[in-house]
Amino acid sequence: MDIFKIIDNFQKIDGDALGRLEYATRRHFMSKVGSKLATVAVPTVFASIVNKAFAQSAGAVDVLNYALTLEFLEDEFYKAGNAAAGLIPATDKTIFTQIGKHETQHVAFLVKALGTKAIAKPSFDFQYGGAFGDVFTNYKTFVTVSSALEDTGVRAYKGQAGALIGDPQILEYALQVHSVEARHAAVVRRLAASVTGNAAMKGWITGKEGAVPAIYAGEDNLTQGGKDLKGLASKTDAAISEAFDEPLTKEAVLAIAGPFIKP
Amino acid sequence: MNKLLKPETNSGKREGETSPVNRRSFLRAAGIATSLGTIALASACKDDETEPMPGGNGDTVDLGSGDVGVLNYAYALEQLEAAFYSQVITTPYMGMTDAEKTILTDIRDHEIIHREFFKAALGDKAIKGLTPNFASIDFTKKDAVLGAAKLFEDTGVAAYNGAGKLLKDGGNLLLAGKIVSVEARHAAVIRDLINPKSADFAGDDILDANGMDKAIAPADILNAVKGYVKETITGANVGK
Repeated sequence: MDIFKIIDNFQKIDGDALGRLEYATRRHFMSKVGSKLATVAVPTVFASIVNKAFAQSAGAVDVLNYALTLEFLEDEFYKAGNAAAGLIPATDKTIFTQIGKHETQHVAFLVKALGTKAIAKPSFDFQYGGAFGDVFTNYKTFVTVSSALEDTGVRAYKGQAGALIGDPQILEYALQVHSVEARHAAVVRRLAASVTGNAAMKGWITGKEGAVPAIYAGEDNLTQGGKDLKGLASKTDAAISEAFDEPLTKEAVLAIAGPFIKP
Repeated sequence: MNKLLKPETNSGKREGETSPVNRRSFLRAAGIATSLGTIALASACKDDETEPMPGGNGDTVDLGSGDVGVLNYAYALEQLEAAFYSQVITTPYMGMTDAEKTILTDIRDHEIIHREFFKAALGDKAIKGLTPNFASIDFTKKDAVLGAAKLFEDTGVAAYNGAGKLLKDGGNLLLAGKIVSVEARHAAVIRDLINPKSADFAGDDILDANGMDKAIAPADILNAVKGYVKETITGANVGK
């Protein structure tokens, strides 16, 4: 059996398989395949190595499952929103279809990465205990919740970067998702500004400006790397706060996301 | 160069068996290069990390090693972005709307803040001020300016994403994280200005099948931007 042909085939399904294989060294991979090839189906061995490559540490598994929880939430949210008749105007449908596609891809990636360690998909209450009762019938509410979810996602991933510093490849994947959430956030914030008539809401976060104030706590921070940047380059506080996005701890994110998740 | 392209030394596989994988890696790396616009395929075959890049007509600037090298790398990119948007606002393209001017002015200010922040944070370890070369950009034309802005923002995102794992210090990693998401916001808004209400803000041209942005190593990024700076920037020891 030609193992490189298998890798090749695997790449046709998953173009980034090689990147992940970096983690399990070639030597490890070859010896593992060599020792088990006789008795175990190669795809099974391959899958287990891919999983091992991701979930190096218990800490990384925790971070990935935390990310998966948020991605499940986003994925289900956009599936419901995109399926709701008359909710999203035709002009904006392309944007939310694209965002929904990415969240589905993120879920699939994390589920595959975690393998048997992946958490089960929770059940969600997108009405947030009644606070967003018309989320799937009123476009304003939908866009508001979407912008809040995306900005929270950006803050959540950012808050976990340090926890992944010992798992470089997982860190890189997390960063690659993090910036996509930021792309989503920017475009949805601009939609929210337009739909709700809030001209102060831009693609970037000015001070603590956002549709759901509670999730923007600390975004107006002006101190970076231990330096107070107030007055830097004669720029305004608004501009300085926009130039840096701020993280949230897992506890803070789960406090925000908690009411979305049914017990 | 992408580490996937380095020859395997411990696999014991014969050349003929490894080539399909290496070829695929190469094509993947080349695809990344093409999407950023300026990397010649020929240069992708060389070990860019060990030789200075040709083509500059100014001094050679070495970014240094370790975290300082990564921060200088970011400082270099922010210098280019800040200079670009300063020029855009100084000489607005024909037909620039008020809304566009507000957005481009905001971005200019963010990039200047990033530049000045890195300069201050690096102190006496900071590289010198670079001399941009934007001769290839027609600042009078909207398409040319926004096209260049898209290139710079997407490149910035991929650069920060690729540099994250090179940082040893968690504080520096967090700082890079705080900035990269702002660059990603810029990229999305610029892309939406070019093609409003389309899927381009996080387009299939830049994201992969896992819904992920690119992460590109410093050598490849420096190669991609070398036409926009007069100095020759060497980053062989960034993160090492």
